[in-house]
Amino acid sequence: MATITALPTAKVPGGSFLIEGCPPESTFTPEDFTEQHNLIAQTAEEFVLNEIIPNIEKMEHKEPFLLRELVKKAGDLGLSAVDTPEAYGGLQMDKVTSAIIADRLARYAGFSATWGAHTCIGTLPIVYFGTEEQKKKYLPGLASGQMVGAYALSESSSASDALNCRARAELSPDGKHYILNGEKMWITNAGFADLFTVFAKVNGEKFTAFLIERSFPGFSIGAEEHKMGIRGSSTCPLILTDCKVPVENVLGEIGKGHHIAFNVLNVGRFKLGAGCVGSARYCIELSIAYAKQRKAFGKVIADFGLIREKLANMAVGIFTGEAMAYRTVGMMDAAIAGLGESYVTDMPAVRKVIDEYAIECSILKVWGSELVDFVVDEMVQIYGGYGFVEEYPAELAYRDSRVNRIFEGTNEINRLVITGFLLKRAMSGQLPLMPAIKKLMDEVLSGAAADDEGDDSFVEERKLVASAKKIGLFAAGIASQKYMQAIQDQQEIMAAIADMVIETYAMESAVLRAQKLAARNGEAESKLAIAMTRVYLAGAIERIESNARKVIAAVAEGDMLRTQMAVVRRLGKHEPFNTVGLRQDIAQRVIEAGKYVIA
Amino acid sequence: MKILVCMKQVPQKDAPLKLNESGTWIREDVSYEVNEPDAYALEEALRQKEKHGGEVVVITSGPARAQQVLREALAKGADRAIHLEDAAFVGLDALNTARAFAAAIKDEQFDLIFTGLQSDDYGYAQTGVVLAELLGWPHATIIMQIEKNEGGIRVKRELEAGFFQFVDMPLPAVLTIQSGINKLRYATLIGIKQAKNKPLRKVSMSEVQSALSANLQTIERLYVPQKTKQTQFLEGPASEVAKKLVDKLRNEVRVL
Ligand SMILES: Cc1cc2nc3c(=O)[nH]c(=O)nc-3n(C[C@H](O)[C@H](O)[C@H](O)COP(=O)(O)OP(=O)(O)OC[C@H]3O[C@@H](n4cnc5c(N)ncnc54)[C@H](O)[C@@H]3O)c2cc1C
Ligand SMILES: Cc1cc2nc3c(=O)[nH]c(=O)nc-3n(C[C@H](O)[C@H](O)[C@H](O)COP(=O)(O)OP(=O)(O)OC[C@H]3O[C@@H](n4cnc5c(N)ncnc54)[C@H](O)[C@@H]3O)c2cc1C
Repeated sequence: MATITALPTAKVPGGSFLIEGCPPESTFTPEDFTEQHNLIAQTAEEFVLNEIIPNIEKMEHKEPFLLRELVKKAGDLGLSAVDTPEAYGGLQMDKVTSAIIADRLARYAGFSATWGAHTCIGTLPIVYFGTEEQKKKYLPGLASGQMVGAYALSESSSASDALNCRARAELSPDGKHYILNGEKMWITNAGFADLFTVFAKVNGEKFTAFLIERSFPGFSIGAEEHKMGIRGSSTCPLILTDCKVPVENVLGEIGKGHHIAFNVLNVGRFKLGAGCVGSARYCIELSIAYAKQRKAFGKVIADFGLIREKLANMAVGIFTGEAMAYRTVGMMDAAIAGLGESYVTDMPAVRKVIDEYAIECSILKVWGSELVDFVVDEMVQIYGGYGFVEEYPAELAYRDSRVNRIFEGTNEINRLVITGFLLKRAMSGQLPLMPAIKKLMDEVLSGAAADDEGDDSFVEERKLVASAKKIGLFAAGIASQKYMQAIQDQQEIMAAIADMVIETYAMESAVLRAQKLAARNGEAESKLAIAMTRVYLAGAIERIESNARKVIAAVAEGDMLRTQMAVVRRLGKHEPFNTVGLRQDIAQRVIEAGKYVIA
Repeated sequence: MKILVCMKQVPQKDAPLKLNESGTWIREDVSYEVNEPDAYALEEALRQKEKHGGEVVVITSGPARAQQVLREALAKGADRAIHLEDAAFVGLDALNTARAFAAAIKDEQFDLIFTGLQSDDYGYAQTGVVLAELLGWPHATIIMQIEKNEGGIRVKRELEAGFFQFVDMPLPAVLTIQSGINKLRYATLIGIKQAKNKPLRKVSMSEVQSALSANLQTIERLYVPQKTKQTQFLEGPASEVAKKLVDKLRNEVRVL
């Protein structure tokens, strides 16, 4: 691999963060970017600055051919070739690089959604599931941006429930073609894409993916949707009317289309998460600049505590989001590096690695999309009346961010995925969750003392992370005792558990990053990172407790309810941080710097 | 043509600067970037090579972090790099920096050496000119265009007030390049990937030490200027404003 992360890590099992400690040394953070990562980040940033930002207005009004031309330009720089093997015209770089590019291109969502659909869901199905011929035929064009890809899973009547699709495929009498009929809805890039991965059911039964070229007979594109946001991107329905697809263009196995649909979504999700953090980083920069020059009551509004609090919260979110995103891709890279040389050819193995981190990918998707929605909302607020009008950038950011909670699996679906996968892994014994819950229950009942180790200055932070894990496991344990397998039908409980899992991952990622920073640069130089970590922990532990109480109140009653609530209270006990003071310090620093910084 | 491009790593333009303990320079922990005119110098060198063939070599001095500018240059198409690696290079004046470069390239035969017009941090605008003197080569400054011709090159220099000067020069020569004279290229990902395998020669301080002497120019103290100006807006109808102004000039500023 061109860039294997410099970290000597063993493979960390997906989801294991809930039950195992994780040493900071083996956690990948943005501070571990190599020289090469930094150069790639710089190229992506320059591309956005020179090619995208000056064209936003035109893209918002869908100037013909422009988007396509920009996809090509991105391709010329290699920005679309990162996940494609060298044998097919790609660069085959690490997942950290993939995430960095998604992060840096996210400044204008109209373009990044286009690029994301092209490189990710539009290209990866072929990378991971294509035959040799399919790869040779399509990947070089997709990697260079000569050809644009799209992915058509959703239909008007089923998107979350995509396996239930109505599009059908029948083998032609001569056995040379599949004849497809049906429609697809909300297909990103449809307006100009050349190649579509389309899902349909063979004989109305076997869910299967097909590679459809735009020029195939019977294939047509409907009108552009009028969207709330990401207006720069193209979103149209597809219409298949006796569309003739050569049998060689079946992707993967007949009836195994769901493997493709879900695997590719995992990559889509981590990239979307990284992109959301990138958008948020841009929004805080604009917000600070505005707050520094807008005057009210004889001061600039950046001097007001309530505005500073907003800026601090944004920074805290970005710090934490970066920690989560790069920790996750770092784990993937470590696992892929563990495949040795075979990572180049053994796509099923690489796919497996990505599937391994399905839980983390969903976490990033949900958390990132909610972070950026929070950030744009506060950004509009900072801009006051100007936040509500089109001449200022807050309005665009506000509209653009909303779709992130809807596509790549709605956040509801992703929350169900998180808890559902955890339980599945627990049941199959891949993840020793049940023993961990049992151990915790015994410990709680016997009133065993807390077990913190270490005497460095992160004891309190680690304790909070440990508490978060325990509270989550405790509540999940109680719920699964009550409902057993039927917990799948208790969506509110499933989502509450997912929220505890997400917060735990976020908290731990922030602490690991701060610890690593402090070990590298000393605590004095890491004050800002530590402050951001503390602010995040303070809020997160409250949210976790609140979710635990919700779960317990739903499943227990009487004495049992009281006892269990007391346990949560005991597990969650901690010395409060002065978050007002910490936020003041954080705001001061980012306002001074004029952008998000970590030192 | 064989072209050497001198490139410097400087603090990023918008980076907030902090003074170091001794108050003689800034602290190391800022973000860095390529000195702006140097980026144009590199671009010009790459274009000359594309036209006439040859080799582009980049050189820098500074601590390990400075290697980033060389990698960036290699990623954009330079063929090899020379890194005078030591934190102590940061403190050298223009003469000593030029001496160090001259010593490091004594076994090379370049046709042209490009430097940026000046550095965005020290702003001496001397290193290129001094280097030419040390090598005994002709030089020209503030270059906007370079054409190869029979006897050597014809260059376009920027003068003041919209005037330009065209000069015919023999080779080898040293040119200091103006910003904005061409369109910079991106470092492509394939370029970045390949840059890792291009040769990068490291030169230690001890290898060039004998060519150096005490700095002739030193920074004794660096400080952030005190804000002394104050703006007051006088409001009201013109007749009142005039009255207030006269009053201020007479009684506060005491110039009337
Ligand atoms: C701009 C844009 C671009 C898109 N690009 C693409 C693309 O390129 N390719 C593609 O295939 N699709 C694309 N989509 C479609 C997108 O993936 C779907 O809109 C999304 O998956 C939601 O599906 P839906 O709209 O049918 O909502 P529904 O499934 O009808 O969901 C409606 C609501 O019900 C909730 N819900 C649904 N099922 C459950 C459940 N089991 N439990 C609890 N709650 C549930 C959802 O969370 C949501 O809140 C795009 C959509 C948009 C808006
Ligand atoms: C659609 C629309 C319709 C409107 N209609 C009318 C109308 O009919 N008539 C009318 O007179 N006005 C109208 N307005 C103006 C509206 O009342 C103002 O936009 C609003 O009061 C905010 O003022 P501002 O935009 O100047 O924001 P600013 O005052 O600049 O505020 C910017 C940010 O700073 C914060 N801030 C400001 N001062 C402080 C402080 N002291 N401490 C802490 N935080 C502070 C604000 O809360 C905000 O977050 C309208 C605005 C819009 C968008």
